[in-house]
Amino acid sequence: MIEVKNLCKTFGKNEVLKNIDYKIEKGEKIVVVGPSGSGKSTFLRCLNMLEKPTSGEIWFEGIQVNGKKTKIDLVRQRMGMVFQQFNLFNNKNIIDNITLAPVTLKLMTKEQAEEKAMSLLKRIGLEDKAKAYPSQLSGGQKQRIAIIRALAMNPTVMLFDEPTSALDPEMVGEVLQLMKELANDGMTMVVVTHEMGFAREVGTKILFMDEGCIMEEAPPQEFFDNPKHPRLQDFLSKVL
Amino acid sequence: MNGFYCLTGFFNSISEYFGDVWDSFYEGFYKTFLKDDRWKFFLEGIENTLIIAIGATLMGILIGIVISVVKVLHAKTGKLIILNWIFEIYTTVIRGTPVVLQLIIAYNIIFINIENAVLVGIITFGINSGAYVSEIIRAGIMAVDVGQTEAGRSLGLSQFQTMRLIVLPQAIKNVLPALGNEFIALLKETSVIGYLGVNDLTRAGQRVLSLTYDFYFPYISIAIVYLLMVMGLSKLFKMLEKRFAQSDRG
Ligand SMILES: Nc1ncnc2c1ncn2[C@@H]1O[C@H](COP(=O)(O)OP(=O)(O)OP(=O)(O)O)[C@@H](O)[C@H]1O
Ligand SMILES: [Mg+2]
Repeated sequence: MIEVKNLCKTFGKNEVLKNIDYKIEKGEKIVVVGPSGSGKSTFLRCLNMLEKPTSGEIWFEGIQVNGKKTKIDLVRQRMGMVFQQFNLFNNKNIIDNITLAPVTLKLMTKEQAEEKAMSLLKRIGLEDKAKAYPSQLSGGQKQRIAIIRALAMNPTVMLFDEPTSALDPEMVGEVLQLMKELANDGMTMVVVTHEMGFAREVGTKILFMDEGCIMEEAPPQEFFDNPKHPRLQDFLSKVL
Repeated sequence: MNGFYCLTGFFNSISEYFGDVWDSFYEGFYKTFLKDDRWKFFLEGIENTLIIAIGATLMGILIGIVISVVKVLHAKTGKLIILNWIFEIYTTVIRGTPVVLQLIIAYNIIFINIENAVLVGIITFGINSGAYVSEIIRAGIMAVDVGQTEAGRSLGLSQFQTMRLIVLPQAIKNVLPALGNEFIALLKETSVIGYLGVNDLTRAGQRVLSLTYDFYFPYISIAIVYLLMVMGLSKLFKMLEKRFAQSDRG
C-alpha cells in the first residue's frame, strides 16, 4: 500500500534520512520508535510530502507521491495525519473543524458532512462540544477531535506523529483507546510514539529508527523480547 | 479708603477684561460657525474626511491582503515570481515618496479622467495605505502557527484554500489593533487632500478663514474635532478588542 524506496532527506548538510526502504501492507499497524532526532517525524512527514524528500521514491496506492505530476492534495485526502500539537483550526468551532475539508473539497454536501461529523463526535462522546472552540477543550479532547477530523475524510491510512506526547498523563489513555479502536476497525496506521505498551499491544511491526536508518524491524514480541541490534538493546533498556 | 477704591477698580477692570474676552470670544464663534450657516463647512469637512479615511482604509486592507498573501506564498513556494516582483516595486515606490506628491500625481496625471477628487483621494490613500497594511498583515500571517497550515494541507486543502480559510482569518484577527491604528493615522493624513480642492475638515478651516480673517477659531476648533474623533475611535477599537478577546475565551 505504501512503498518507500531509497528515501533520503537532508536539511542543509544534516543527513536526516539515509536510504530508507520500506513497504507497508494494507491493514498493518507500523509503530516507529527511536531516540530524539533520529528522523522519525521526518520519515512520517515525507510520506505525505509535508517534507519534500531529497531523493528516492514514495508510492501510495499505485501513485508516486513525490512524482512531478502528482496532485499531492488528492493523495493527502486519503492519508490522514495527526500531530503532536493537535493543530485544530483555532478560528473554527469543532463541527466546522471536522466538516471544513470535506465540504471545501466538495467530497460531501454540508448536510452530509455535518451528519458524519456528529456521528463521529457521538462515537467519542463529545457531541455536546460541536459548537465549542478548540481553546475551550482539554488536550485529550482536542486530540480525539483531531483524529476524527482526519477520519471524516475517509482516509485509507492514518499517520500519527507522537499523538500523546503533548498530553497530560491522565489524558493519554483516552487517545490511545481511540487509536486502538481504529486499529481494530482495520485501519492501516503508521504511528510514531514513545508509548511502548501501545506498540506492543497494537503494532503488527515495530521499527527502530536511529541516525536516519531503520536499524531494526520486527513483530512486537520479537522486537521487545529479543532485540538484536546493540543500539536497540540500549534504547529499550532506557525506555522500558 | 484709597485701598478700597483700588480694589473695586481692580475688580471692575477684571470683569471688564473678561467681559471683553467673552465678547470677542462670542464674536469669533459667531463669525466662524453661526454667521451664514458656516458650521456647514465644518460638517461637510468632517463628512469628507471620514469618507476618505474609511474608504481608503478598506481599500488599503484589501490591497494589503492581496500583497501579503502573494509575498508569503512566494517566499514559501518560489512561485508567483512576476506578481511578487510587481508588488515589491509597488511597496518600494509608495513607501519612498511623500503622499502629497502621490496625490498630486494621481489627480493630475494618472486619474486625470476621474473628476471626483474625493474618489481620487480614496484610491490614492488606499493604494498608499495598502503598502503599509501589507506589512502588517504579513507579520500577522507569519505569527500564525505553522501547524495550522500543516493541518490544512494534510487534509488535502490547497495552499490557497488553507491560506484563505484558516491562516488569513487568524492573521487578520491578530492584527486588528494595528489596522485600527492605520485607520486613525489615515484620518489625520487625509488633511492634505485640500491640495486637490476637496472640502475636508482642514480645508473647512481655510474656507472660513478666508471669510473671517480669524485664525484662532477655525484652526483650534478643527484641531479639537480631529482630537475628539481620534480619541473616540481609539476608545471604540479598545472596546471591540476586548469583545474579541472575550469571544476567544468563549
Ligand atoms: N525543518 C527542519 N529544518 C532543519 N532541520 C530539521 C528540520 N526538521 C527536522 N530537522 C532535523 O532533522 C533531524 C531529525 O528530526 P526529526 O524531527 O525527524 O526527529 P524525531 O526522530 O522526530 O525526533 P523527536 O523524537 O524529538 O520528535 C533533527 O536533527 C532535526 O534537528
Ligand atoms: Mg518527532
